[in-house]
Amino acid sequence: MKVGTVLMMRSKDFMSWADDWVGRVMKKGPIGRAVDTLLTDFWTWARVNSLYPLHFGIMCCALEMAAASGARFDAQRIGVIYRSTPRQCDMLLVNGPVSKKLRPDLRRLYDQMSEPKWVVAMGECAISGGPFWNTYSVIEGVDQFIPVDVYIPGCPVRPEAMIEGFMKLQDKIRKEKKGPLTEEMV
Amino acid sequence: MAAGPSAFQSRLAKELPPLLDNAQLDFKAKDDFLATLTCDKGNVLKLGKILSEKFGFEHLSLITTVDRIERFELVYQITSYQNHCMLEVRVAVPKDDAKVPSVTPVWGGANWHEREAYDMMGIVFEGHPDPRRILLPQDYKYFPLRKDFKMDGE
Amino acid sequence: MAEMWINMGPQHPMTHGLWNLRIKVDGEVIIDAMPEIGYLHRGMEKLFENRTYTQIAPITDRLCYGSSFTWNHLFCLTAEKLMGLEIPERAKYIRVMTIEMQRIGNHLMWIAAYAADLGLLTGFIWALREREIFIDLMQALSGSRLTYNYARIGGVAADLPPDFERDTLRALDYFERKLPEHEALYEKSKIFMMRNEGVGILKREDAMNLGVTGPVLRASNAKLDIRKDNPYEVYDEIDFEPQCSNLCDCFGRYLVRMNEMKESCKIIREALRKMPKGPVRVKTPLEGSPGEVFGRVEDSRGEGMMFLIGDGTDRPSRLKVRSPLFVTLSAAKKMLVGYKVADVVAIMGSIDVCMGETDK
Repeated sequence: MKVGTVLMMRSKDFMSWADDWVGRVMKKGPIGRAVDTLLTDFWTWARVNSLYPLHFGIMCCALEMAAASGARFDAQRIGVIYRSTPRQCDMLLVNGPVSKKLRPDLRRLYDQMSEPKWVVAMGECAISGGPFWNTYSVIEGVDQFIPVDVYIPGCPVRPEAMIEGFMKLQDKIRKEKKGPLTEEMV
Repeated sequence: MAAGPSAFQSRLAKELPPLLDNAQLDFKAKDDFLATLTCDKGNVLKLGKILSEKFGFEHLSLITTVDRIERFELVYQITSYQNHCMLEVRVAVPKDDAKVPSVTPVWGGANWHEREAYDMMGIVFEGHPDPRRILLPQDYKYFPLRKDFKMDGE
Repeated sequence: MAEMWINMGPQHPMTHGLWNLRIKVDGEVIIDAMPEIGYLHRGMEKLFENRTYTQIAPITDRLCYGSSFTWNHLFCLTAEKLMGLEIPERAKYIRVMTIEMQRIGNHLMWIAAYAADLGLLTGFIWALREREIFIDLMQALSGSRLTYNYARIGGVAADLPPDFERDTLRALDYFERKLPEHEALYEKSKIFMMRNEGVGILKREDAMNLGVTGPVLRASNAKLDIRKDNPYEVYDEIDFEPQCSNLCDCFGRYLVRMNEMKESCKIIREALRKMPKGPVRVKTPLEGSPGEVFGRVEDSRGEGMMFLIGDGTDRPSRLKVRSPLFVTLSAAKKMLVGYKVADVVAIMGSIDVCMGETDK
């Protein structure tokens, strides 16, 4: 037990020293800034063309999400592939009303995704509660507890509008211009 | 659907009251498919058993709860495929003693209907195998479909 | 072996909607199951008591969005019964035709999701391709791809657009030519057949006692269809057969739905041929008369009912919705116990879950 405690403390000390050194010299020093500037465009290109949303269908807009991945509207041509687990995703598509029973689970899904992550509120129900805005069990908009990046209006959202929403998100990511070292180490 | 009771409905009207100790049933045939009757809340399970075993009512379609301000009302809609008949059974439930025996032993399909009736209106079903809320979170304190509950919540 | 409870959902690619299936497993074999619903509860029944009859009609579309016209139509049917309205013949034929088109679209969406779950992604793409044709036809009718709001109290919103009959017949010819290809894709695939045959057996007495209706009941050797037993609209003037199968397993349910699509094509053709000319809508009063009525239809998933109590104002006093899947899902335990974890996807997929109507 004693040995274990000593080792833990030592590794904690080491981690804080390593973070400090990396933070000061690498990220904010000249080497870090050079690496960042060289790789920003490449990093942005990779992020923009491989947005992986989560397999999460709540209500009617989920059927349009499925139709958008069919052969007619083909969302995969802009790089969108649905993944089943939040650990492998970087986009959370909220496509229906959020009820009070669902709220903690949705927040947990959002927390399980790793950085960088974006949230797209699809449809009126996710933006503001939709036609159910003043019932006792629907939360008026998903941005009450999750920060949203792009809002796509519609009831239900046409697949063409959904793909345009994704392209607006891609424009937003391009404007952010974040390289590999400007990320928070999470 | 022709007007006038069918042969099966006439048979029901004659044979049901004696089996339930001549309780007041108010049997009325609306047309040759639908008939209505009222039942006392203590007799619900007995009536269910008789309908299912003797008269071939295999399918419980729906259990509706209504808030009639001075009392609750339960409407059971029970269908017989073989005899082409649907029976609407109305049960008055007093508000201060909202307990009704469950018909789950007779029709397994009543299970979730009764859970929803409890969840939305607060009527307790005695003998139900799983008396929990079904649609709302388990720690929700109110019964939304009561007339004194406002739509936008507490 | 250790027994434990596993959660499948609410976020799971199997679920198609938000519900949680808790299964108790002993190794790989399922010994108990408990579905949990309510993640999509929007308080619709309370909402219906606070909206006028005209405002309720578009909301009923969102009850089950996979087969939204049937709920729209069911509400209009019930409200017309309450108000004592008689709608024109042409409107009845248009409604029947749209219901059957919606049924085909719904079954295609089902087979797309089912095939994707079982790993047959080709089936997903093919079914969505055929579904787009029917969505285009219904978009020409009503203006929307998914939630139509086409049935109104008193008839339908508007008459058929020009050349609609020609386009529909062309679409049906194309679809009937393509359907054998779809069937060959599934029935000649050894993996699909092995995952479906003998899996999820539900006997006839159990199905009836548990209140199961629709394709799941018809696949358990019971020829019961509300369109034939209690005809509404003009179903008593159209010649068709309810499809049933005596296999009682997932493959039987697949067969029932594929055959229902073929029957629906026949019904649409006959409805187009027999449609009389005339108005498509009558004027309706704003207020509902006092009274209690119920409407009962054969939804794509089973017996859908609405129980409506009017009190003379322009809002209903109580509108209760009976969703077929609410009851079929409660029969999950009967269908799952004794099978393996990998069969859960096939069994739960074969009952065609749509959480909008279950959670109201």
